[in-house]
Amino acid sequence: MLFESILLTIITASTPLLIAALGELVTEKAGVLNLGVEGMMVMGAACGFAGAVIFDSTVLGVLCGTLAGTATALLFAVVVLGFGANQTGAGLALTIFGLGLSGLLGHSFIGAKREPVSMLFIPYLSDIPFFGKVLFSQDAFVYFSFALTLLVYLFLNKTRAGLNLRAIGENHNSAHVLGLPVLKIRFWAILFGGACAGISGVYLSLVYTRFWSTGMTSGKGWIAIALVVFASWKPGWAVVGAYIFGAASVLQLHAQAAQFNIPHQILTAFPYVATILALLIKSIRYGRMAGAPGSLGIDYVLD
Amino acid sequence: MRIELSRRPDPSPVARALAPVFAAVLVFALGAVIVYLMGKSPSQVFYAYIVYPLSDAWGLEQIIAKATPLALIAVGLSYCARANLWNIGAEGQYTMGAIFGGWLAIHTHGTDAGYWVWPTMLVLGALGGMLWGLVPALLKTRYNVNEILSSLMLVYVVQQLLDYLGRGPWRDPQGRNMPNSAIFDGNAIIPSMIDGTSVHYETLIALLVVLISAVVFSRTVFGYRIRLTGDAPRAAHFAGYDNRTTTLIVFAISGALAGLAGIAEISGTNHQILAEIRTGYGFTSIIVAFLGRLNPIGILFASLVLSLSVIGGQNAQLMVKLPYDLTSTFQGLLLMFILAADAMVSYRLHIFRGKGRSHAV
Repeated sequence: MLFESILLTIITASTPLLIAALGELVTEKAGVLNLGVEGMMVMGAACGFAGAVIFDSTVLGVLCGTLAGTATALLFAVVVLGFGANQTGAGLALTIFGLGLSGLLGHSFIGAKREPVSMLFIPYLSDIPFFGKVLFSQDAFVYFSFALTLLVYLFLNKTRAGLNLRAIGENHNSAHVLGLPVLKIRFWAILFGGACAGISGVYLSLVYTRFWSTGMTSGKGWIAIALVVFASWKPGWAVVGAYIFGAASVLQLHAQAAQFNIPHQILTAFPYVATILALLIKSIRYGRMAGAPGSLGIDYVLD
Repeated sequence: MRIELSRRPDPSPVARALAPVFAAVLVFALGAVIVYLMGKSPSQVFYAYIVYPLSDAWGLEQIIAKATPLALIAVGLSYCARANLWNIGAEGQYTMGAIFGGWLAIHTHGTDAGYWVWPTMLVLGALGGMLWGLVPALLKTRYNVNEILSSLMLVYVVQQLLDYLGRGPWRDPQGRNMPNSAIFDGNAIIPSMIDGTSVHYETLIALLVVLISAVVFSRTVFGYRIRLTGDAPRAAHFAGYDNRTTTLIVFAISGALAGLAGIAEISGTNHQILAEIRTGYGFTSIIVAFLGRLNPIGILFASLVLSLSVIGGQNAQLMVKLPYDLTSTFQGLLLMFILAADAMVSYRLHIFRGKGRSHAV
């Protein structure tokens, strides 16, 4: 069934975007703009793949990738929180750094290949025609991405720690006066974002392509950042956004395979154009920063 | 442990000037350690990286040739950055410049059109870069779309356009299906400034742009306007400056300079349209702009430093088998350290151990 197979590939394309976007969402909710998602993601992809090959274990690969993303985020956290460096610039630097270092670490794994990751079939439910295959026979990352969405939503909206995190992101000066540990909470939020970007990268190299190539994230980290804006910093909308973008990139591939009489470059450029259009539509309808944390991207310095 | 940052009441101008130098030295030292840990001899690497390119005329020529586009683009970026705007799509504006200028070269090919071709190509290249740079600026001023994301997304879009042209309509019919155009005619190629070298008139243009921009920033009302818009947008508004117009102007300048660098690369170095020209100059220039303190003269020196790192990196790849990705890694770290050093000039870090008193650093 073509429709079913298209739907399955859309899920595969959307999952990494969703995971990375959720991480960035939490970081931004704490008031920190980390533009280094691309760098953390590509580090996750390289180290996750390398780990899986070295230990011949997908689980250890995921662990390596997650740690790599987190470690890359740690560098950002130290520079931005400890030194008060400009967040936009430091994020860009992190991307350049991550793309370079991942190329270095991944170099000897070019050409290696991994077996497909096994799917988790949920008993009974996966036997339902169509829905069973689409909804209940996915790899663990897909279930994880939805669980993570729910957890992030509950954390931000239903817990005290989540409320504190949002308060810090909204106005760090007031939060400081209230006695909230601004830098500490931001530190953990940045690391969480890094871990998510790392997992998302692992997904790219271990599930999506099943090989490593230098710079393989090709802008997906930036699309994840755009998704957060598009989703107005709401986890539920991040799912919607991720699936729209996932669909855009997959339909583009199917259109190329179907050999319509249009240059394939137009189709390849489509997801990037779609990103701009999505931001544009969002701005026109709701105002650009609708839902943005008040202290987003601003240096936290006491006068 | 708890840490806090506070604003220094009077940041030292000496420290401000030395911060990027300090960052560069730190990255350099770190590089030596990493190279040592990788099992290479730091002195050999130092030789391949620094001494060798600087020790002969050919190396110096290469450094100048590579520093030229970096300086040109970085000066453009400094217009945006001074206005507190982030143009991270210079790589795309560079590519669009190559396309606009390349169009003329392709269409005059084989016609013996005359010497007006290459100067016109440069103008067209600047125009193309300017138009592509104005897209994120217009999206920002009219619809408030974040310029960082849109300018970057446009890089991927224009790279696909070039790929299409290079493989499709502009491909050399006699080129055995190679994804590139025919070699340009002589009058579509920027002449060398010094005979027999790859240093061509783009370098002269870059020097002029540096000088003019230095005057614009320090001596003109327009330069003041850009600064004011960046530092205090409300004050700029009350001073009667339209911040949207400022945004459009700085993006136009920045795009035009990147486009100029793009067409100069195609015309002066490649001598043909290639389906892919991902030099990364647009991204490296961001580092150049910050290393140069957003000051045109500083950028001139910074472009030489980064150019040396590119040439040195390529050398080290050949001579001591050091992967080139190591160079990009250190470029990223360099930018990170510059920003941190910069911040340390403005801010003071306090570390509280337990509940004890603070230790100012």
